[in-house]
Amino acid sequence: MRKSIERIYLFIIFLFLYLPIMVLIVLSFNNSKAKVVWGGFTLRWYRELFTNRAILEAFSTTIFVSLASALLATLLGTLAALGIDAMKKSGRAIMLGATNIPLLNADIVTGISMMLLFVRFTRLGLSTVLIAHITFNIPYVILNVLPKLKQSSRTTYEAALDLGATPLYAFYKITWPQILPGVLSGFLMAMTMSLDDFSVTYFTKGAGINTLSTMIYTEMRKGIRPEMYALSTILFLIALILLLFINFRPAARKEAQD
Amino acid sequence: MNKRLIDLQHISKSFDGQMVLDDLNLYIRENEFLTLLGPSGCGKTTTLRIIGGFEMPDTGNVIFDGKDIANLPPNERQLNTVFQKYALFPHMSIAENIAFGLKIRKKSKTYIADKIRYALKLVNLDGFEKRTVDSLSGGQQQRIAIARAIVNEPKVLLLDEPLGALDLKLRQDMQYELIRLKNELGITFIYVTHDQEEALTMSDTIVVMNQGYIQQIGTPEDIYNEPTNAFVADFIGESNIINGTMLHDRLVRILDVNFPCVDVGFGNNTPVDVVIRPEDVELTAPESGMLQGDVTSLIFKGVHWEIDVLANGYEWLVHTTQMHPVGSHVGICVDPFNIQIMNKPESNDEKAVESDA
Repeated sequence: MRKSIERIYLFIIFLFLYLPIMVLIVLSFNNSKAKVVWGGFTLRWYRELFTNRAILEAFSTTIFVSLASALLATLLGTLAALGIDAMKKSGRAIMLGATNIPLLNADIVTGISMMLLFVRFTRLGLSTVLIAHITFNIPYVILNVLPKLKQSSRTTYEAALDLGATPLYAFYKITWPQILPGVLSGFLMAMTMSLDDFSVTYFTKGAGINTLSTMIYTEMRKGIRPEMYALSTILFLIALILLLFINFRPAARKEAQD
Repeated sequence: MNKRLIDLQHISKSFDGQMVLDDLNLYIRENEFLTLLGPSGCGKTTTLRIIGGFEMPDTGNVIFDGKDIANLPPNERQLNTVFQKYALFPHMSIAENIAFGLKIRKKSKTYIADKIRYALKLVNLDGFEKRTVDSLSGGQQQRIAIARAIVNEPKVLLLDEPLGALDLKLRQDMQYELIRLKNELGITFIYVTHDQEEALTMSDTIVVMNQGYIQQIGTPEDIYNEPTNAFVADFIGESNIINGTMLHDRLVRILDVNFPCVDVGFGNNTPVDVVIRPEDVELTAPESGMLQGDVTSLIFKGVHWEIDVLANGYEWLVHTTQMHPVGSHVGICVDPFNIQIMNKPESNDEKAVESDA
């Protein structure tokens, strides 16, 4: 009795979580424009997707923005984490708080405030989207790298210096391999966040630029477009793959044998 | 005597306005096993880190083999450190860990391989080359940390509480191992610990520190038998520290009883601290004691009994192989040679640590 209640409860929770996405995925294969009628299985919407220039352009923009912003955010975030780790206790708490605020802030507020700032100095476009994405990605990288730095501990770095390594060599040989898993998961998480983002992109993109999420939004406002279901499905799958990658990435540490 | 290898001159260091070391002066001779001993926060680790180059002193000189190295970074110093938590590189094999320093010095492959084999043999871990760090026990990791340091043939090996994380039996084994290593290698050891037994067992010289000041420098025997102040007496072993008055040379008055002793030069009627080790208190029949008291507590410690005797208002701690039941009336005698007279503390760091005894 108890067991079956537990199972039902779990089932309901997962239903709430995944049913909407399942509906979307099913509809993306539906050979009918109506939402409620099943017109048979088709790949038509996917085909149309890949022949639509605007969509392909949005796709490449998305890939570019998420890759570039994740890379730069990883660089800046890792450096920031190194700095924060070297700080004294009080300073560290303040810095961590300061870097976490953008994380907690509502996306739409971040988006609007960035737009207001950007239009003051420049025209909105690809570069402003990129800057915005880098900004909101940095905290994710810091949050992933910092625990690894704590684990690796200062003493292994000091031990390397003690054995004759220069600071740069000690970092490269000792600290870097130990924080690499954190840097990688920070990079992947940043990419996922950037890929998924709508609000910030919407406000900072200006005219003529679209990522997949803003594209889907504007297209859906015009009316029901099954291609958009297909596009959403693809976006979901990319995010899903990235997430699986973050969680089940084979241990970055190679078996040290040679 | 061997020549001075390291000379610390007027070293001061503070962190965030908190003075950790104040005008510290200390020299270490070649081939010496010197231990910095003291409670946590006494400045012993900071002293070691200044020698190792991980901290820069605010003032003072660190003379190493005739040269001032106070501002030299750690990687340019001819000494190696064994860290408290081993600090092995977790992503490298044991062989790679040991080879780390040698590779930086661009030694040949055969030289490195020979050295690794030699070092592993020295720490009794032959054949461990390909093992990973986390497959090793704490004691094994500690030996690897030592091996990693000594393959570089440093003139001085710094050891920062290297046995702190090991269990009692292993700690004792490692103590003998360290003495053996030091004798085989013939290099200088500077050892940091808060464990007085470790210090007494291994050292040629013990430096007792408290609150950033050196309290006493001496051989283990000196430190144990002739502590210079209440702090040292209390920190090294257990002791009875009693208020007394030095009536004149060779006679001290403790708890309204006159005790003959062997100390001179304290003047007449001077207030002093008197140290009597628990194993030096003899329990006798009441009538033949210099003073009389009652046993208030009796604990079996294996080798001896630990007995508290209340006599003339002071609770004497006594270690004896003879059992005296609680409540029995006993006499107390102390041999004049076993009475150690000390001047009253002049500052906080010289006082005995408040304990719950």
